[in-house]
Amino acid sequence: MSAAATTHYACSVDDIPRGEGRTITLDGRRIALFRAAGGWYALDAACPHRGGPLADGIVCDRAVICPLHDRRFDLATGAPLTTGDGVAAHAGEVRGQRIFVTLAAAERRAA
Amino acid sequence: MVSMSSGVVVVGGGIAGQAVCEALRERAPDVPITLVCGESSAPYDRVRLSEILVSGEDSQTLGLRPAEWYTDNGVELLVGRIVTWIDTDRGVLGLDDSDELGFERLVIATGSQPLMPPIPGITLEGVHPFRDPADCETIRSAATSGIERAAVIGGGLLGLEAARGIAAQGCAVTVVHLLDRLMERQLDAGASSLLAPALAGLDIDVEFERNTQQIIGPDRAHGLRFTDGSELLADLVVVSIGIRPETELARSIGLVCDRGVIVDDAMRTSLPRVLAVGECAQHRGIVYGLVAPIHDQARVAAKTLTSDVAGGAGADASALYLGSVPSAKLKVAGIDLVCAGESGGDLEAVVSDAATGVYRKLSVRDGRVIGTVLLGDTRGSEALVAAVRAGEPVDDPLQALADASLAGPADLPDTAQICDCNGVCKGALIEAVTAGGCATPREVMAVTRAGTGCGSCRPAVKEIVAAATGGLSDEPAYLCPCRKQTREQLAQQIRDDDLRSVSDVAATCGTGRECGTCKPALAYLVSEVCANLHREERDARFINDRVHANIQHDGTFSVVPRMYGGVTTPAELRRIADVAEKYEVPMVKVTGGQRLDLLGVSKQDLPAIWRDLGMPSGHAYAKAVRTVKTCVGTRFCRFGLGDSVGLGIEMEKLWEGLHTPHKVKSGVSGCPRNCAEATVKDIGCVAVEGGWQVRAGGAAGGNVREADILTTVTTRAEALRVATAFLQFYRENADYKERTYDFIPRVGLEKVREVVLGEQSGAALRERLRIAKVATQDPWLERDDPYHRHQFDDLAAPEAPEPALVGPPAGGEL
Repeated sequence: MSAAATTHYACSVDDIPRGEGRTITLDGRRIALFRAAGGWYALDAACPHRGGPLADGIVCDRAVICPLHDRRFDLATGAPLTTGDGVAAHAGEVRGQRIFVTLAAAERRAA
Repeated sequence: MVSMSSGVVVVGGGIAGQAVCEALRERAPDVPITLVCGESSAPYDRVRLSEILVSGEDSQTLGLRPAEWYTDNGVELLVGRIVTWIDTDRGVLGLDDSDELGFERLVIATGSQPLMPPIPGITLEGVHPFRDPADCETIRSAATSGIERAAVIGGGLLGLEAARGIAAQGCAVTVVHLLDRLMERQLDAGASSLLAPALAGLDIDVEFERNTQQIIGPDRAHGLRFTDGSELLADLVVVSIGIRPETELARSIGLVCDRGVIVDDAMRTSLPRVLAVGECAQHRGIVYGLVAPIHDQARVAAKTLTSDVAGGAGADASALYLGSVPSAKLKVAGIDLVCAGESGGDLEAVVSDAATGVYRKLSVRDGRVIGTVLLGDTRGSEALVAAVRAGEPVDDPLQALADASLAGPADLPDTAQICDCNGVCKGALIEAVTAGGCATPREVMAVTRAGTGCGSCRPAVKEIVAAATGGLSDEPAYLCPCRKQTREQLAQQIRDDDLRSVSDVAATCGTGRECGTCKPALAYLVSEVCANLHREERDARFINDRVHANIQHDGTFSVVPRMYGGVTTPAELRRIADVAEKYEVPMVKVTGGQRLDLLGVSKQDLPAIWRDLGMPSGHAYAKAVRTVKTCVGTRFCRFGLGDSVGLGIEMEKLWEGLHTPHKVKSGVSGCPRNCAEATVKDIGCVAVEGGWQVRAGGAAGGNVREADILTTVTTRAEALRVATAFLQFYRENADYKERTYDFIPRVGLEKVREVVLGEQSGAALRERLRIAKVATQDPWLERDDPYHRHQFDDLAAPEAPEPALVGPPAGGEL
């Protein structure tokens, strides 16, 4: 793992409606950013299964469902809740009206 | 020339011939089998002829097996070929086209012919037997041609079913019967006396003790004259007084025959190389004219054929046919009647209520059950029929009757036959689940063929499968499995507490918060219960319903504009072409629903494409009313009977924009040639002579299911009303993701008809649909008025004034 994690300003709170996600490119990396009931979360944008856009998935309190084949991931850890590999999780953080994301170093977390 | 086939040739393509082929193939995967059918179609289910007399469906739907079955199972099927001679010494037979076939063993399954009494006038025009699809068609068209009355000679099972089919066409019909009670072979006087009033309720008159002396002519049938001198005027006469085993071919080769071809307990005839099965065979003095014994005989015949082929091993006792207990179900909608065995004994327990038309009887001889008759209340019929077949001992027959009415199929022994049409026992159903890996009643029915004949055993099949798959019968279909909440419970909560959004429901009931899978189901439910006056929350919707386009495997989307009834214009086509070029759409495809699909579109381009198209959304991405496929009908077609384009466009405009539990694909055909494939649509209308047939519950996907006929009406406006009422009934009562073809069998066609066709209930459904429709609007208008910011966009990468911060995150989780 590389050493320094970088924190990026991503968007303002009202850029993403409650319960949805959006894709954003931070530092050249495609990230899915979610505004869930439990807080703000960020995962790598593509589902490890077939590349489905996770930001387009249905979000519940702590998980997101890939829109292509219904694989489900834990929003906080990126761990798979159904089957297959997990996805890298990044830290989302609210500062006032602004949302920051700290990118994880690894491309993908092991399952 | 002589074909070198040296295997088994089966002569006769009826239920018996087919059953022999199936039983034999199961036991002997490699024996060459040839099936010679004299009729012009592959084997069909004659038992269901009365159904198509009622419904007018094509007789093709009666096929026992699709054409592929014969190729897949290596059964050579010769259709429309007659065997003209047989040389049993050489093992060769000749066909009417002078081809020859070699055989090692021969099975005669030539069935029977209808018995036509030799009375004056029997050959007049307007006099028909009721035996094959051609008879069925002739009788049906005569009954719908406006004649005053039809007569059916013979009050047996088949005669009553024929009478019901005629009455269903709105034609007055009288059954004339020789004896003083109906179905005298199966029923006693008590049941028979309750059956006649039940038939009267279906507009079927019965006259007893009428011996027809002649059919009144002279140019064609005009009525019947009886031996007592009285007459009955009738322009259509159907003769159904019994069958005559077809033994001509058997006699020509010297087989010993009485009424039928005489067979021993191994189903062998007087020539060991030749077997006989079915209605042409006579076993221990009995010719069986019912379907269940045929399957028993076919299984034994297959055992005989294989044990002999395998080297003539000694006859295994279980391989013998010892006769069948006859059992029958009357397939007349509105009358439940099951009987088995004898109609009386030396001890009889009878429960009878003339007021409700219920008659239940158990007959006992020497302490064993020998017969049952169940009319009006057939609960427990499987158990009672099984007891009759097994000759079970019984101490208190009255108690046994009462117990049976409380017992479900789960209490039956494995040997109880559940499907009489295809001879399937309960044990075979359970094996399909435990050993065959089937998980649903549908799969079990596909594998075992149970329930695929007349369909009357389907509820029992479902119950048995549910029990075998682990008590699914006890577990309701939960909308939210995490919280174990059903659609009904949640709908009630939404009404009671006037909940208006998914988050209201989540807050009140906890639904949808844990795994999230049920959020779209909940979103539909809230919108349906609130008649689209709910508070829309897009996060509960699948991505397709957030951006009104269908997500593809690469994350791009497809765009299908609405083309009402599949009709377009040069201007629309030009705009579509321009859009495809301007946005470099990778593929333009004609869909199965008669529209054009623009595939490979990026989410960001959607609003601009919709704007340039200037056409409304086709909802091809949603669980909603999709297309109404049409043929050109009377607008251009030479054969058109109805304005299918007109009705299709009316349907589509009236229903457009309504969401549904699952997608609803519709079709309208302008004549029974059915070019719009309306009979395999969720909702389909077919123009027929004098009106429109309205159907629902068809499928042409992973499973193919012919749509049920809801009704036939005389005007296009009525067809639209019925179809609309059905759509709303489905919207209100189906589970999420339950297609119409699963919904109707679950709810029951009779129930659907009752509500949809009821004058008040139907009108109320249409009114609620109208209210829901008022609150819809074209979702593609969100191109100019998006529901959310960035609804169609990725977030832009932030620019300069917010530089990336470098350093450890504040409270990060990694």
